[in-house]
Amino acid sequence: MPHQVPWLIWLSPMFSFIIISLILRPFFNHHPKLSGYTTIAAIGISCFLSFWVLIEVLKAPGHRLEIPDIQWVVIEDGISIHLGLIVDALTAVMLIVVSVVSLLIQIYSQGYMHGDPGYPRYYAFMSLFTGFMLGLVMADNLVFLFLFWEGVGLCSYLLIGFWFHRPAAANAAKKAFIVTRLGDFGFLAAILFLFYHTGTFDIERLHSLAIAGTLAGTTLTWAALGIFSGAAGKSAQFPLHTWLPDAMEGPTPVSALIHAATMVAAGVFLVARFFPLFEHSKVALTIVAVIGAFTAIFAASMGLVMNDIKRVVAYSTISQLGYMMLGLGVSGVAVGIFHLFNHAFFKALLFLGAGSVNHATGTFDIREMGGLRRVMPWTYITFIIAALSLAGIYPLSGFWSKDEILIYSFKTQPFLFTLALITVFMTAFYIFRVVFVVFGGEYRGTKLAHHSEHKLHESPAVMVIPMVILAFFSAVSGWLNLTGNFGEFLGHGEARGLLEGFFGILGKPLPWLSLIVAGLGIYLAYAMYSTRRISPEAVGRTFVPLYTTLSRKYWFDELYERIFVGKTLVNGLFVGLEAFDTYAVDGSVNGIADKTIATGRALSRVQTGQLQLYGLFIAMGIVAITICFYFFG
Amino acid sequence: MSLKLELLTPELSLLIFALLVILLDLGIKQKKVLAGVSILGLLVSGGFVLTLWGRESASAFNGMFLVDPFALFFKLLFLIAAGLVILASQDYVSKFARFQGEYYALILISAIGMMLLATTGELISIYIALELSSISLYILTGFLKDPKSSEAGLKYLLLGAVASATLLYGMALVFGLTGKTRLTEIAQAIQTIPLTTLLDSPALLLGIILLACGFGFKIACVPFQMWVPDVYEGAPTPITAYLSVASKAAGFAVIARFFYTTFGVPDWLSLNWGILFASLSAITMTLGNVIAIAQTNIKRMLGYSSIAQAGYLMVGLAAVGVASMADTLGRSGLLFFLASYTLTNLGAFIAIIAISNKIDSDLIDDYTGMGSRAPLLALGLTLCLISLIGLPPTAGLIAKIYIFNAGVHYGLLWLVVIGVINSCISAYYYLGVVKVMWLGAPVSEEKVPSSWALRIVLALTCLGVLVLGIIPGKFVQIAETAVRIFTS
Repeated sequence: MPHQVPWLIWLSPMFSFIIISLILRPFFNHHPKLSGYTTIAAIGISCFLSFWVLIEVLKAPGHRLEIPDIQWVVIEDGISIHLGLIVDALTAVMLIVVSVVSLLIQIYSQGYMHGDPGYPRYYAFMSLFTGFMLGLVMADNLVFLFLFWEGVGLCSYLLIGFWFHRPAAANAAKKAFIVTRLGDFGFLAAILFLFYHTGTFDIERLHSLAIAGTLAGTTLTWAALGIFSGAAGKSAQFPLHTWLPDAMEGPTPVSALIHAATMVAAGVFLVARFFPLFEHSKVALTIVAVIGAFTAIFAASMGLVMNDIKRVVAYSTISQLGYMMLGLGVSGVAVGIFHLFNHAFFKALLFLGAGSVNHATGTFDIREMGGLRRVMPWTYITFIIAALSLAGIYPLSGFWSKDEILIYSFKTQPFLFTLALITVFMTAFYIFRVVFVVFGGEYRGTKLAHHSEHKLHESPAVMVIPMVILAFFSAVSGWLNLTGNFGEFLGHGEARGLLEGFFGILGKPLPWLSLIVAGLGIYLAYAMYSTRRISPEAVGRTFVPLYTTLSRKYWFDELYERIFVGKTLVNGLFVGLEAFDTYAVDGSVNGIADKTIATGRALSRVQTGQLQLYGLFIAMGIVAITICFYFFG
Repeated sequence: MSLKLELLTPELSLLIFALLVILLDLGIKQKKVLAGVSILGLLVSGGFVLTLWGRESASAFNGMFLVDPFALFFKLLFLIAAGLVILASQDYVSKFARFQGEYYALILISAIGMMLLATTGELISIYIALELSSISLYILTGFLKDPKSSEAGLKYLLLGAVASATLLYGMALVFGLTGKTRLTEIAQAIQTIPLTTLLDSPALLLGIILLACGFGFKIACVPFQMWVPDVYEGAPTPITAYLSVASKAAGFAVIARFFYTTFGVPDWLSLNWGILFASLSAITMTLGNVIAIAQTNIKRMLGYSSIAQAGYLMVGLAAVGVASMADTLGRSGLLFFLASYTLTNLGAFIAIIAISNKIDSDLIDDYTGMGSRAPLLALGLTLCLISLIGLPPTAGLIAKIYIFNAGVHYGLLWLVVIGVINSCISAYYYLGVVKVMWLGAPVSEEKVPSSWALRIVLALTCLGVLVLGIIPGKFVQIAETAVRIFTS
């Protein structure tokens, strides 16, 4: 494989971004479709090359490719700047996830964003995001990793606020940016801290230092925790989870790509990338597991009562990201990333399904829907597959990875196992609540989307086909580990036979336990929302305080916005800072600026245009230089 | 001893084409052909330069004429600059009723002068080459014959004469002291004089100062910068572009060779002129930047900006001076910076030529909303201005890192700090233009059309700026090869 291939993977969408923003948008704005095609072609290339890289990595000894550094600037005796990439098993898996999901979502977006005036801008940002995200998973040093990290954050901000004329979208974008920035602050501190202690930004060098024990003790723990704080911000882990549900203000394909499959998973990826550091710090690893398990159950509980279909799926995402963190914390890279891999497909599909439903009904409120299984059969079937997969029903993909996480947490952290098991129940309940309310019963909606010609209809093929493909992945992606191959590829797993892997698991008690718990959740949803044997309203009335707590999201938004931001920052700290800024900073800056400009004006007055004066200046200059030399030389 | 005429082929072929242009002008009605012939001449000459590149260094005419990678690098730079200027001049020149042939021929002849300047190692031929390039430029400056242009031409001529006199005086002192005209022989002669400080020999001291001042006029460093704004404003805009890059590069070429070869050893001697250039550099960049802030005319602003850029370039000269034996960074940095600056400044001027041609104004205020009236030109100008500040992903960034790195490496940290502060100041006025173009409401909705020739030249320079900024590796190597003659 030529060494340029991995570079092209992330540069290709970058070129697409440049072409769209510099050529297509200014000059061909009346052909908006071109930007969509450009993006799809560019990401198609990335996708093809990612598979190429995957095959090469599978063949390579140690599942690792040596990509020679690109020497960007090398100056003799001077500075030299090298750029490099890591291409290992983790990278290869992430490349596949990002490029495949992104490609399908770009195709889907052609239908969803059809007729939007910001169509080229949408595709420009999507290209840019994909480029940054692909670069992020390949970066070989902390500086570039951080650059890409902030790049995806920026794109997330731009895309959440894509419909910036809606105040909710603009605020959500701001919130996402600020909350993740809190985590990134820890990450940046960790980067500088690591550089201070080791003198290197190189990720693999840091790995070897941690393995050799040079980097150990509290230094290592603090560094790992700093990295985890960045990961927690991006992956919306407690207590930095508040931004993700609001981020649903962006276009739905954006939610599917950025806030379900890829960027939010970057936090999990980051922990996996630095796993050798976490592995050598018991404290850090335990914190990862605990935060993960707590986030899983905490977010799932809020998902139980939401009435906005995207918000249910968003809380589900937070919860599943918690699962991945738990998986990393209790057993290692292979298990956590396996769940990330499966989750990317079924969660993207759930969002695309939500988008498809919205395309028909013009709303996200599940109370306004109902009976859609008849008019939208494809959406219905694919959504069911994704929901079953999310609930962890045998033999769909979610089952396999969730089961592994449960098994490992049962072995090492029984308490966290209990939390995870309760989460399984909640997950099954909330997602099937959505299924029964949206697709079952009769249509309750009053308003229809303006472009649906006053009749509910299935989405166009350009949207349905990507959903069907994702449904296929959601069903079978978990089978990749039947023989233990996937785990072995990521350096952790035991080989077994294919049939043994597929059926053998049913001979163990733990999978049955989780299947029964999930089945109970689905049954409860069925009883409450389909047959109405149990009245949801009655349940709500019985547990008013609990219902209020959940639907107000534990008052976290109020806590952050009113108490923390309002009382502490705005009325306290900011008042003082403002005074300092007005008098000390502005005063001196304005002073210097005014003086500089005034000096400039004064000096340019010397430029009279008179030749004699110029000649005089030359003579005076020569004399002055001579005098200076004579006295100081 | 043979004549080794093949070493002179670049200059000779260009001279033949310059004469050809003048001859053709007499008989040809279709004046566009003249530009074509001039470009052809530059290409032929460039081809000869490339055939000489990679050969052993050689000399002709008793060591007066040196052909080494350093000289060839500059020759190529001048040819490229002249070519871009001629391409950018076409619209401008086609308005002239007469003397179109002379215009092109004079550009070629001044290019010959600059090429000779970069390639000679002897006092008299340096002076003749300098005059050859300067006199053609004086004429070109006054070419428009409107009051402003004539005034500029005359000012340039008279101040240039003062500078020439200063230079000659310096040369005379050095010659009087050593009795030699070839630079290498002068260097040997100086080493035989028993000296411990420069003050022991006032003749040498004054000689160095006068030489620095005479050449300083060419590169427009303080206090010999007074001519710049007036001449830049008055001259035809393509000639302003030519002056701001090629003429300045020629100045740096001759200073780098002259001072290094002649006053490179002993160490204390080279330290002296190193400090001289370092001090001038600090003053030059600060003055250039501070005055540029107050400008309202974009040509004048770029005039002051080019003074400031000369200041940054002199950091490289100072590095050569303070570490004349060890240094490679300062020299190769100087070359890289010049290449980057040539492309960038030419690009900026080409955009301005295109815009000013149509709106008939050089005022920055009239550039308001140019982003929507002429998006391509505004984009090109923005890129060049960003490169002049030294921001990624442009050549300007690498060039500044390169040359400042040399400064830090050889103990001129104070100068680099001043340089960085100056870069920040410069961002104010460069970005001011960018802001006006993209964020201001357009004065009129009317589009600003531009000819394909200008668009292509602008695209070429912008491409160059980006290539140097994104994949500088190859060009760094070329710059390093070009300066290796000094260290061996």
